[in-house]
Amino acid sequence: MREHTVLRVVTKLLIAPIILFALYVQFHGDYSPGGGFQAGVVFAAAIILYALIFGLAEARRAVSPNLLRITGALGALIFAGTGVYAMLRGGNFLDYDYLAHDAIHGQHYGLLLVEFGVGLTVVSVITSIFYVFAGRGRRNDDEQPPGDAR
Amino acid sequence: MTTDIALNIVLLSFMAIVGLAIARLRNLFPVAMLTGLYSLLSASLFTLLDAVDVALTEAAVGAGVTTVLFLATFGLTRAREKPVPRSRTLIGLCVTVLTGAVLIYASLDMPHFGAADTPVQQHPLRDHYLKTVSDEIDVPNTVTAVLGSYRGYDTLGEVVVVFTAGIGVLMLLGVAWRRPNKSAERNR
Repeated sequence: MREHTVLRVVTKLLIAPIILFALYVQFHGDYSPGGGFQAGVVFAAAIILYALIFGLAEARRAVSPNLLRITGALGALIFAGTGVYAMLRGGNFLDYDYLAHDAIHGQHYGLLLVEFGVGLTVVSVITSIFYVFAGRGRRNDDEQPPGDAR
Repeated sequence: MTTDIALNIVLLSFMAIVGLAIARLRNLFPVAMLTGLYSLLSASLFTLLDAVDVALTEAAVGAGVTTVLFLATFGLTRAREKPVPRSRTLIGLCVTVLTGAVLIYASLDMPHFGAADTPVQQHPLRDHYLKTVSDEIDVPNTVTAVLGSYRGYDTLGEVVVVFTAGIGVLMLLGVAWRRPNKSAERNR
């Protein structure tokens, strides 16, 4: 899509607000609609948009597939780890009351951490799936249009 | 309220039209676009029903990511549907009509939209969640509190499901990531 100037310029303008909105949905999920899952898919949509307009190779350089593999696992680990940490502090698994001295503060920390874990896993998995689908069957990412892959 | 009903009718009829158009088309590129449009319409419908969380997900996944995945798949396969013999389309039509009739018959047993005497409105847990959430968790968005804290196990399970799905796709297709020329050189 190198020749589509309008698309390139508009995408450049749009990607930052989309990512900002994703972060808002992520960290404002306690107060407004949304949460980790919604934020994750919106963030992944921003990365996919970048890949569509600027090419898969550029997107892979910006957000590396290997990093995504690690963060995908890390998200689930953060979620489960929060539960285990609550156990170490004397509560039950995922009982956020024990995360801080005050039960309500503990719940807030717990929700923040857990939603962050959800978001991290969702971004990583959706972007990884897109990478493997879009990169499959093509030797050089940008030289061939998708229709000529065979 | 009347504008809501009018909007609902308009959105639902648009969805029906899009569905019929998808069934008629043989070229799959417009079909991918139309499924994206269908998702966008259902996202609008969810917004009307005050299910903003679901609408956000539907708009991003259904209209955005899935459409792109369809298009990426067309790069690997053919983008035209094979013509189907007439006898088989008849069977398909019968199955569709039958399933639709069963679903409509089942929907007659469902409570009316917004009815006050449904389990959702009357179950004691509803009061517990809505009233004690401010004492126990103190988060304005009850949905987040229920999903993250009261139902934390379920959400953890969902995250693991998403993660497992990702691992599955990577195991099946992920090899293509390693640049082919590099591994070929190593083999020489």
